[in-house]
Amino acid sequence: MADDVLLDVRGLSVDYVTDNGNARAVNNVSLQIRPGETLGLAGESGCGKSTLAFAISNLHAAPALVSEGQILFEGRDVLAMSDKELRDFRWNKASMVFQSAMNALNPVITIGEQIIDVILAHKTVTRSEAWARGEELLDTVGIHPSRMKSYAHQLSGGMRQRVVIAIALALRPKLIIMDEPTTALDVVVEREIMDELYSLKEEYGFAILFISHDLSLMGEIADRIGIMYAGRLVEIGAAADVLERPDHPYTKGLVRSFPTIHGPKVRLEGIPGHPPNLLELGAGCPFGERCANRIARCDAQVPALEALGGKRVACHSPEREEAIA
Amino acid sequence: MNMSDTPKVPSKLEVEDLVIDFRTGGSLFNPSILRAVSEVSFELTTGQALAIVGESGSGKSTVARALCRLYTPSAGQVRLDGVDVNAAETSASQRDYARDVQMIFQDPFGSLNPVHTIRHHLKRPVKIHNPGLNADEVEARVIELIERVGLSPAKQTADKFPYELSGGQKQRVAIARALAVGARYILADEPISMLDVSIRLGILNLMDDMKRDGIGFMYITHDIATARYFAERTAVMYVGHMVEWGDSDTVTQNPQHPYTQLLISAVPEAGRSGRRELKAKKGDIPVRTPESVGCPFAGRCLQAREECHTAMPPVTKLAEDHFVRCFLFDQDTEN
Ligand SMILES: Nc1ncnc2c1ncn2[C@@H]1O[C@H](COP(=O)(O)OP(=O)(O)OP(=O)(O)O)[C@@H](O)[C@H]1O
Ligand SMILES: Nc1ncnc2c1ncn2[C@@H]1O[C@H](COP(=O)(O)OP(=O)(O)OP(=O)(O)O)[C@@H](O)[C@H]1O
Ligand SMILES: [Mg+2]
Ligand SMILES: [Mg+2]
Repeated sequence: MADDVLLDVRGLSVDYVTDNGNARAVNNVSLQIRPGETLGLAGESGCGKSTLAFAISNLHAAPALVSEGQILFEGRDVLAMSDKELRDFRWNKASMVFQSAMNALNPVITIGEQIIDVILAHKTVTRSEAWARGEELLDTVGIHPSRMKSYAHQLSGGMRQRVVIAIALALRPKLIIMDEPTTALDVVVEREIMDELYSLKEEYGFAILFISHDLSLMGEIADRIGIMYAGRLVEIGAAADVLERPDHPYTKGLVRSFPTIHGPKVRLEGIPGHPPNLLELGAGCPFGERCANRIARCDAQVPALEALGGKRVACHSPEREEAIA
Repeated sequence: MNMSDTPKVPSKLEVEDLVIDFRTGGSLFNPSILRAVSEVSFELTTGQALAIVGESGSGKSTVARALCRLYTPSAGQVRLDGVDVNAAETSASQRDYARDVQMIFQDPFGSLNPVHTIRHHLKRPVKIHNPGLNADEVEARVIELIERVGLSPAKQTADKFPYELSGGQKQRVAIARALAVGARYILADEPISMLDVSIRLGILNLMDDMKRDGIGFMYITHDIATARYFAERTAVMYVGHMVEWGDSDTVTQNPQHPYTQLLISAVPEAGRSGRRELKAKKGDIPVRTPESVGCPFAGRCLQAREECHTAMPPVTKLAEDHFVRCFLFDQDTEN
């Protein structure tokens, strides 16, 4: 069984240590990613997705603190890796496209230099081989190779985002963590990059942790989808099961919240209310205050993530219903 | 919040034949020039929204920056109620313009100063815009703004530094800042790209209310469904050019330009998994220079004819509020 798992996150909690107390941004999250699989992760802004992504690559830094749990990559504990092991782990085994990708590039050196730096740091190739590889990578993400000589400020937001995707692909890692990799891209380029990514994926078999707010895109590309709320995983299962037959009231609200390109044009109201203050979490379900299905138990006890019709759902009163189309 | 200080007199922010060139290298006598924006014309009016959608790198942010006077037009004009905003003028009218036309930047990570709290970011514009308020009133206004963009608890958010906020939370602070100064026009460059769908709706509905209060919006987005949801009119850009524009419903439901058709066909829809054949030739997105000729989409267009490679098509009016730049619709060239 363990052979089947590339990444195994077990009971992970991450706190931000602040003057007002500890804010638990990731709360007892367990999830697994199999080799070659795409796991989508969505959830309210501020629910801890990026924090989780940073912790998985052991890139979290003070004031973030992993207070509980384990992260196993091919059975090895990422949080216990030495600096040398970590260097090999990052980029070679797992690479990350940060949410702030647009900002992640160094403004004073050309993007070509930045791409070949990553290649040269990990592979024994000549500079000119690395340069040629860099041009090839830019081409893969739909940027003219002549842009190797550009500086970050000379590229549009979406172009910068694509450069960062190119760098993440450079060493053909086994896991690519993508934190909103396509937010700055138009849908045509997005589709071209996703297609390219998926042909590379077929060829090299890497897995993807895909963090996004774009549930439609996620519905097209992810094998499984996990939904987070206030630091916790509240629903996880096969992509179609989660999007077409959501069980958690929060997931239901999300699915109902997006305007469509062809459907009727009505004012949508989203999910009323606000997410809870992470510093003042009560004893009950963190979604309780906003939930229409709330029962007495919801105020008393945080629901555990439990099996429900092929998925796992954390809810005391899931209202099973037919697919909402 | 009291928006009644927003002037209700109808006003117009116009862009006419805007061209923006960037120097990207070369030598002093032989510079290489990139034409980021070519002959772009449109107008924003108070109380309405124009969505700008299109290819990444097509010049959307550059147009917005030119409207904010961060770039000077290489050719063409930006006019507020008939007055060229780049003409020589007093510093007072410059200050007015800077307040009237506010930009929400694409990148929330870069637009907030890391050494200041959120309160600090909002206090300054509130004070400048309302010189009469005392300290308590300023604080109350700041808290109100933070609540308005859905960041709760507001008092604790006010104490935070930008790095303590998630991507989407930062984006909302940027929106609160534009609200704080009482702008008449807001140029929102992908203001909701990093928000989850539910908060996205909250912000869109908030912008919609602001629009009803008389604020004019330019709404840059890659999310075409929200363009249709929020904006009365939509313009589609490709490599520096506006290729199709008009009433949002018409442009999104009945696109005519081959690029717009490609764009609409690529919009993700959950459940339609797998690859979708894109109706376009594979090809690089061209780099445009002042010497470039022809339609920028010709290289990828399945319907391109010879003339498409040699001249930029003129504007054709298809309906009362529907325009396209494509030879397929140009009467003069059809036989
Ligand atoms: N350095 C920090 N100090 C204190 N709190 C922080 C810090 N960084 C993040 N947080 C808090 O932790 C929570 C989780 O943040 P995170 O960036 O992981 O959210 P996210 O799910 O990625 O959100 P988004 O979709 O908006 O990017 C947020 O409520 C945020 O305010
Ligand atoms: N300061 C600059 N110097 C040189 N070239 C620039 C500069 N700013 C932008 N460009 C170029 O101008 C073109 C348009 O860029 P712009 O940022 O306006 O695109 P955009 O439509 O906003 O794209 P995105 O959707 O990716 O944000 C791009 O080719 C970009 O490389
Ligand atoms: Mg994030
Ligand atoms: Mg832009």
